Amino acid sequence: MVTLLYFASLRETLGCSREQVALSGSSETVSSLLDQLRSREGRWTDALAPGKQWRVAVNQQMADLATPIKPGDEVAFFPPVTGG
Amino acid sequence: MARVRVQSEDFDVGRELDALTHGRRDVGGLASFVGLVRDANDGHQIHGMTLEHYPGMTEKALEDICAQAKARWDILDTVVIHRVGSLKPGDRIVLVGVASAHRGDAFEACEFIMDYLKTRAPFWKREDTPGGARWVEARSSDDAAAERWKG
Repeated sequence: MVTLLYFASLRETLGCSREQVALSGSSETVSSLLDQLRSREGRWTDALAPGKQWRVAVNQQMADLATPIKPGDEVAFFPPVTGG
Repeated sequence: MARVRVQSEDFDVGRELDALTHGRRDVGGLASFVGLVRDANDGHQIHGMTLEHYPGMTEKALEDICAQAKARWDILDTVVIHRVGSLKPGDRIVLVGVASAHRGDAFEACEFIMDYLKTRAPFWKREDTPGGARWVEARSSDDAAAERWKG
């Protein structure tokens, strides 16, 4: 299982702030996890579409599509940051 | 060692900056930046805003940014305080303070920390406008400001 977190406008669009999901394969990456999430109903496909401006962090470090994911990891999806 | 705090309450600028130099005789310059909530943005009137963040990652990201500044400039101490939760126009949002032997390092490190904070620390602003609440979109000018520190 991995813990998924969603923040800000992405959390509102998806109607979800936190969930646990089982990894479908043994050598998962951010990219394959995204495929799994995009295969859900429409708002997931749309909000996480490749052209959309989202960012991803794995275990609280900025990550990218190739970053590996293993059981117990914390993966967060969020829009570009706007603090300061 | 950087002092990093994420908090809902306000901060006392004078007290925080004094803490950077208290008891030291090697500081020759102290540069600081204070960010405030404006009452207008992108042509919208702003009644207030809510700042969301990613607890845990936010503090790590700010500490990492301060460590990068320390590796790059000759600085003695830094403070970064960022508020979260509900804020009104005129409220303080963020404080960055950098103490150094010389002003050049203090000025540059302070600006670097702010530029990196705006593009790398996981905070998000939602503004309350007369037309309803809206999430603030990231600005390409902020990315450009952070890019210029590369290379």
